[in-house]
Amino acid sequence: MNSVSQEGLADWAGPILSGALTTLEIALLAYAIGLLLGLLGAACRLSPWAPLRGLGTLYSTAVRAVPELLLIILLYYAGSQALTALANSLGFSGAVTINGFLTAVGVLAFVQGAYMTEVFRGAILAIPRGQLEAADAFGFSPWARFHRITLPALLPNALPGMSNLWLILIKDTALISVIGYSELFFTIQQAASSTRSHFLFYSAAGVLYLIMTLSSTALFRRLEQYVRRGQPTANSEEA
Amino acid sequence: MDFSWLNDPFYREYLVEGLINTLWLLGVSSVAGLLLAVLMAIVRIKGPRPLAWLAHGVSTVIRGTPLLVQLFFFYYGVGRLLEGLPLAQQGLFKDLLRDPFFYASLTFTLSVGAYTGEVLRGALLSVPLGEREAGRAFGLSPLQVFIHLWLPRAIQLCLPTLTGEMILLLKSVPLVSTIAMMDLLQAANIIRDETFLTYEPLLLIAALYLLLTVVLTLVLRQVERHFPGMKPQRSSWWRRQRPSVSRIS
Repeated sequence: MNSVSQEGLADWAGPILSGALTTLEIALLAYAIGLLLGLLGAACRLSPWAPLRGLGTLYSTAVRAVPELLLIILLYYAGSQALTALANSLGFSGAVTINGFLTAVGVLAFVQGAYMTEVFRGAILAIPRGQLEAADAFGFSPWARFHRITLPALLPNALPGMSNLWLILIKDTALISVIGYSELFFTIQQAASSTRSHFLFYSAAGVLYLIMTLSSTALFRRLEQYVRRGQPTANSEEA
Repeated sequence: MDFSWLNDPFYREYLVEGLINTLWLLGVSSVAGLLLAVLMAIVRIKGPRPLAWLAHGVSTVIRGTPLLVQLFFFYYGVGRLLEGLPLAQQGLFKDLLRDPFFYASLTFTLSVGAYTGEVLRGALLSVPLGEREAGRAFGLSPLQVFIHLWLPRAIQLCLPTLTGEMILLLKSVPLVSTIAMMDLLQAANIIRDETFLTYEPLLLIAALYLLLTVVLTLVLRQVERHFPGMKPQRSSWWRRQRPSVSRIS
């Protein structure tokens, strides 16, 4: 279209693919930490101790009521300032250049954890009470009860929500570009403005994200079949 | 914490403009989006094959890519292409095609249409066939059955999910600050640049969003309560309502 344009999709393929890889790394790490935060949050919300319950409720409610983009920007600055203060108090002077990758992972995991809390809370509440009581009656230790009974019983309930959250997370990684860390979408933006072929590069971004989300959907479907093994299949295709 | 900038009328004006734009965008795209959702849902169930496939494809692409990418795609990608057209040089189109609000509402409408269309499709499919047949037996035309019976019953079934989608829509509005539209976040960013404050404007916006979310939730609860067919409950005013009829799948 533009005769002066020297570089096209081919020149940017390398940076874009490595950006896609970074995006996947950020998403995977944030998801893993988010899962842990979610389990922790659900444990807090279901705890018999009121202050802990309040803390869990505050975390999941406040984080879910504020837009992700706003949270990401806020936490990015708060996180970098906290790290600088920490480094100063440890004797390093001046501002520390904080690691963009770790901040991105941390921020996304924090947000993800709040949503995951609700998914796990619902899934744990859906476990028939008798199963847990049976475990107690057989003298299971709390840990054995958790990973032998609670976890396998909550997974079929939690997996649809977890799969949704993973898809949301992949799409949320694009928000990281706003704080200037060079993941997939940031690279795309650079490519688009440098080559001036916006249409081409934003379409390419769409295709790449689509590949990621569609393949994840297929993977989660397999996973759900696995955790539902032995269950009657009649209600698996509901909704 | 320094909130003295709140006394500055200029900054207040930014914030008010941002708030108005935010609500305006929310209103336009939720109404247009719901209409599109109804269209997409019914086309996927009853429409001719090619149209159903098209709707399915659009819905998959929109739900599979980040909203931010779609926003950039329409504003920078499609927008630049359209600007080159001769039509775009004329008065009305010229202004419209440069306005970020136009692209933001277009993107958000498509997004609401795709996500809610999927919800609505499920709900339409779970309305028992017998109810539709009863409508036909009473002499309603297929269109009348759809408008007076099938659609209201489906909305009844998925109302809590629909209101949830509206809350999600509210929370995606700050994305439009990236295409230089004046929303609350953009107002906060301007204030931050001019006052050199990092947190205070952002915290104010976060509190405002918290408030907006709560208000919208309460308003939508009232809508759920008063939707025809919802069982009136004298329970506390904030509790979620359930459809009075059992769900048959």
